[in-house]
Amino acid sequence: MAVFEGLTSKLENIIKNLRGRGRVTDNDIKSISREIKMALLEADVNYKVVKSFINDIAEKASGSDVMKSLTPGQQIIKIVHEELIGLLGGTASELELSRSGLSVVLMCGLQGTGKTTTCGKLANLLRKQGRKVMMAACDVHRPAAVLQLIAIGNQLDIPVYHDDSANAVKIAGNALKTAQKEHYDILIVDSAGRLHIDEDMMHELKEIKKTVKPVETILVVDSMTGQDAVNAAVHFNENMEISGIILTKLDGDTRGGAALSVKSVTGKSIKFACMGEKMNDIEVFHPDRMASRILGMGDVLSLIEKAQMNIDADNARNMEKKLMEASFTLDDFLSQMEQLKQMGPLEDILGMMPGMNKGQLKGLQIDEKQMNRTKAIIQSMTRLERKNPRILDASRRKRIAAGSGNTIQSVNKLVKDFENMKKMFKGMKNNKRSMKGFNLPF
Amino acid sequence: MGIIERLREGLKKTRSNLKDRIDSVIRSFTKIDEDLFEELEEILVLADTGIEASIEICSHLRTRVKEEGITDPEAIRDMLSDEIQAMLGKYPDTDLKCISNPSKLDIILVVGVNGTGKTTSVGKIASYLKDNGKTVLVAAADTFRAAAIEQLELWAERAGAGIIKHKHGADPGAVVFDGIRAAVNRGADVLLVDTAGRLHTKKNLMEELKKIHRVIEREAPEAGKETLIVLDATSGNNALVQAKAFSEATGIDGIVLTKMDGTAKGGIIIPVTTELGVPVKFVGIGEKAVDLRHFDPVEFTKALF
Repeated sequence: MAVFEGLTSKLENIIKNLRGRGRVTDNDIKSISREIKMALLEADVNYKVVKSFINDIAEKASGSDVMKSLTPGQQIIKIVHEELIGLLGGTASELELSRSGLSVVLMCGLQGTGKTTTCGKLANLLRKQGRKVMMAACDVHRPAAVLQLIAIGNQLDIPVYHDDSANAVKIAGNALKTAQKEHYDILIVDSAGRLHIDEDMMHELKEIKKTVKPVETILVVDSMTGQDAVNAAVHFNENMEISGIILTKLDGDTRGGAALSVKSVTGKSIKFACMGEKMNDIEVFHPDRMASRILGMGDVLSLIEKAQMNIDADNARNMEKKLMEASFTLDDFLSQMEQLKQMGPLEDILGMMPGMNKGQLKGLQIDEKQMNRTKAIIQSMTRLERKNPRILDASRRKRIAAGSGNTIQSVNKLVKDFENMKKMFKGMKNNKRSMKGFNLPF
Repeated sequence: MGIIERLREGLKKTRSNLKDRIDSVIRSFTKIDEDLFEELEEILVLADTGIEASIEICSHLRTRVKEEGITDPEAIRDMLSDEIQAMLGKYPDTDLKCISNPSKLDIILVVGVNGTGKTTSVGKIASYLKDNGKTVLVAAADTFRAAAIEQLELWAERAGAGIIKHKHGADPGAVVFDGIRAAVNRGADVLLVDTAGRLHTKKNLMEELKKIHRVIEREAPEAGKETLIVLDATSGNNALVQAKAFSEATGIDGIVLTKMDGTAKGGIIIPVTTELGVPVKFVGIGEKAVDLRHFDPVEFTKALF
């Protein structure tokens, strides 16, 4: 966020000086371009990509519409944002798998980008779509890589083809035969990580490709890669004719400029993004969201989607009504908390909001343990107590504290916070009082 | 092959990229002017040196050119090499503590994000220590990634080091605890701890790492301790953020820079060493155990130019 805000205000400043002069000089354009360039470079977009990109932007930004606008800085950012989306491929694109018979997907990439893990995630995703999936362990180079894929296969209950051969091409061929014989829909082939300049290894990969004839050859790219991302991508694309890209480790705080570079030099679309350690942490890639991320604008769309996926609309409306009528009980409160938790770790959710970056979040300790404690307290109450906390006398509170392993003080605090919350909602209904100084009970 | 030749060979791509670019820029200028500095800045940024560090290097060059009245672009090459060497050589203590200043038991904790090459580096460092006459024990505290334990076992076998391991999914703190006990009982010189890759933004995982660190502090108060962060030479500006986050969690004493045999230029180590104030101790330039080289800023810069 900081970069984006910094960028906007810098641009506003430059442009303020231009106003009233009626004419934009080359120098002005140069300083505007420089600021945008810096922001993109800081996001690890490749230098060459930035350069050609800047030229396009400069042309558009010098147009009169921008200068006439009340917020020319914002206006330019908007242009940059739109151009970025265009460069990233416009709309989401999916795997092109054949409807009948076996489709092979070959995974390749540099060491440590997450190929083996991604094989598992992709297999899991495709199986959820009703496909019969098998994986093949063709990384015979890295110690224990085959074991890693087998372990992932076991975890997901997806079969993994492997044999004792030290020859990756042979294993791939055998895997193909087995998959055909056993009528699988999809075979995902894991390969050893290799440097794009290692000719022997590239040769091996080409042989694998010749043997299994994949419908999709996927390059796995680490979103934290720097300027060199383009070199690797170009080499892989030239040698392997890749058909698409999967971006990994997007759950970190990298801006992921490498994504833009890789897409723009290979012309191949980014199909999926991986963001997390679990086997279902893979999703279809959305260019617009990535563009926002590169510019540090937050990812509201993903947040909304997450909320929609996890919160039942009827339930929410019901809750709103209850809140306004102040018939909100501790049970309702508990179910609200559960829904919030289903959306994932709170930090991740807050991180997606515009105006919140991870740096700012660092000072803010989100205590998920406290939520668990609150839950324990509520669950130690009887149904009647949850409905009407006013009946909680000293003896009941003592029992609840003992039952939930908390102190009486924390039970008292929860009850008090809850009553305050109810009062506040009542107040909101009556005279729309502000929410200042209000504490959530967790 | 001598050390410098081997390094030169491993860094061939890095070198030809950086050196050729610098050469061609210098050749295309007959005098030193602002455009020349801008082109140099571009080369440095392309080498992932980061914007701030690139600007700083170039402003140093500008000052020197002005002060010393240099006019020949050819002189820039040596100045640039000096500058990089000075920045990398700010922290000359590039040996492992267990070699330069050994204790009865030394514990090396290896940390980093996913996929940078931690397990491989632990294997290679074990070999390096063996070659230096140390008895080495490795603790497989990456209990999360599938088959990480098996991978480390193979490396330990190659290096002739003992291994302490639990089952997949076990508590890494407990593995480290047992590792320390075993190292003390067996009278090992060095205990090398491999940890699971974790993104620095995951609070819980960083807490787990702090716990491992605490176990070491508590169980082996007398031992010499050193924490190494493994960084991927191909990573961009995010490496800096990673380094800071890990430094806050466990403290960092040295950097292992892996995958320098690609076309990446690993320029990111310049801002990282400056930011953390710790030296690079090893560079990884290939797949074999001997391809992890002890880092020497003078040799390294020489091999680059």
